[in-house]
Amino acid sequence: MRTIQFREALREALNEEMRKDERVFLIGEEVAEYNGAYKVSQGMLEEFGEKRVIDTPIAELGFAGIAVGAAMNGLRPVCEFMTFNFSLVAIDQVINAAAKMLSMSGGQFGCPMVFRGPTGSAGQLGAQHSQNFENWYANTPGLKVVVPSNPYDAKGLLKAAIRDENPVIFMESEQMYGDKGEVPEEEYIIPLGVADIKRVGHSVTIVSFGKIMKVALTAADELAKEGIEAEVIDLRTVRPIDYNTIIESVKKTNRLVVVEEAWPLASISSEIAYMVQKNAFDYLDAPVKRVTCLDVPLGYAPVFVETYLPSVKKVIDAVNSVMYKNK
Amino acid sequence: MAAKKNTYSKETYIKWYEEMLLMRRFEEKAAQLYGQQKIRGFCHLYIGQEAVVAGTMSALKKEDRIITAYRDHAHALACGISADAVMAELYGKATGCSKGKGGSMHMFSKEHHFFGGHGIVGGQIPLGAGIAFADKYRGDKQVTVCYMGDGAVRQGALHETFNMAMLWKLPVIFVCENNGYAMGTSVERTTNVLDIYKLGLAYDMPSKAVDGMQPQTVHESIAEAADRARNNEGPTFLEIRTYRYRGHSMSDPAKYRTKEEVEEYKSKDPIEIIKAIILKERYSTEAELDAIEANIESTVNKSVEFAENSPWPEASDIYADVYVENDYPYITE
Repeated sequence: MRTIQFREALREALNEEMRKDERVFLIGEEVAEYNGAYKVSQGMLEEFGEKRVIDTPIAELGFAGIAVGAAMNGLRPVCEFMTFNFSLVAIDQVINAAAKMLSMSGGQFGCPMVFRGPTGSAGQLGAQHSQNFENWYANTPGLKVVVPSNPYDAKGLLKAAIRDENPVIFMESEQMYGDKGEVPEEEYIIPLGVADIKRVGHSVTIVSFGKIMKVALTAADELAKEGIEAEVIDLRTVRPIDYNTIIESVKKTNRLVVVEEAWPLASISSEIAYMVQKNAFDYLDAPVKRVTCLDVPLGYAPVFVETYLPSVKKVIDAVNSVMYKNK
Repeated sequence: MAAKKNTYSKETYIKWYEEMLLMRRFEEKAAQLYGQQKIRGFCHLYIGQEAVVAGTMSALKKEDRIITAYRDHAHALACGISADAVMAELYGKATGCSKGKGGSMHMFSKEHHFFGGHGIVGGQIPLGAGIAFADKYRGDKQVTVCYMGDGAVRQGALHETFNMAMLWKLPVIFVCENNGYAMGTSVERTTNVLDIYKLGLAYDMPSKAVDGMQPQTVHESIAEAADRARNNEGPTFLEIRTYRYRGHSMSDPAKYRTKEEVEEYKSKDPIEIIKAIILKERYSTEAELDAIEANIESTVNKSVEFAENSPWPEASDIYADVYVENDYPYITE
């Protein structure tokens, strides 16, 4: 199979859906003439014209709201945030408008649309450009939240998100756009809300999603050298969460480590720990452990970045801990 | 073509009278029912501002789009939603225009192109532009009227939206219903720019102040703006100067203004003005107007009866319409 970059996989999903459905358009900062801040939309202005690939002023609240209004009135916008850090100035339109329009109107006005862009840290970008809000959005009924971890998933999930009748938050990563992976040329859809077992194992379950899946998988490879076969689950969607896949795995492995790039309080990992203790209490041979970011804003110096993020070593330590193998 | 001054037909005057009187009597009834705790939550009355909505609707086409903030009962009625469905929504009944999910602040009707009452001050401004964006995108000729209060113009959303609406020449009319007070804070206490319409000028948007105490002036300015929008000439900003007789919401005794000020506006009451014109021009007799009034009172009373006799939503309906699909896996324990 051919290999393409993560950003190309996203672009293929956008192109395919825009060719198929006239109502789909892309709106955001630098998406058109500049070809995308991270080149996701390279060449799209040329193909679709300025009517459907729309550069905006730097006004996230305004253009997010315009996209929501357009969705209420029959279009299917894809609204790009240059990063989700900037989505905070638009969050009123995401939470107060898009997420509850269908419910508030008694089912009359839906918002079939996608808000997408990169999430999380991406090197030494300082505190305001290194944040994860997956759990913020996942907390809100009415939204779906998708966080792909590789090019194959990115394409299939983005196509599903664009076709979804509900507002979908689709979170990528600056540090994944250049990642390469096998992506079929033909069309395919990956349904939202279905986790994927990226590595089968029996010793311990590791649950993760998004960019930090790479850390989880690398850790699993390292652990295999020690004879520990981790089962690694990629959530792919954090609203809704595919709890069944997690619970079934824990019933088999009896141990769970959750790896998440986010602050710990009220995070996806706390939610999973709750559900696992509730539904698989008797199967657990050790307390659930998690590896998250540190509970602080991320400072600029490289030592801070290294200290702050989940790492292969931290995951291995957590696994050893639930296996009672810490020396 | 823009409507000219003093060229309105007898039918238009009578329609204005009927519409405004319905809004007035409906709101008076809502206030009474709120006092009886039949209507709960927040409830913002439109009494005094009727000419703004009446003059707007007479200048628009049936399929044009309307969106507003939370003082939305009159807008809903004027869009053609029945008094029954609006009253039932105020009660929270399943027969309400938002099936009991919206309440006073969130009336909606897709059938009547009413894109809702919205509860976050200024949040509806980008939405209104987006509704117009979709019509322009499709090449449709509808116009969107996006209402806001004088408080909303201080939100950043207005400025971001004005800029893009002008840049993209969106077919939208932004209407600021300036009733002088953002909740309890007067316009004078929130800005140095007392002429709100001037905010539009910063974006080169055609903008002006309009007397909102009579539907004729409102109609005229809306008709002009709608022509501009339909001719692809983009948005307009109208500061329509009006007054609310009641407090901001039912819990507001409105102690921040004088009795004299309220009385002065009441002497310019839009319903009385139109009634006087109708009688002076002999468009109707007193008896005919009395019949209209009796008819409206009956409509309002029947809406109460309808709401009283309507069923509550089922508790399980709380899961309806959160997502489009009905098999979304909610967390239930």
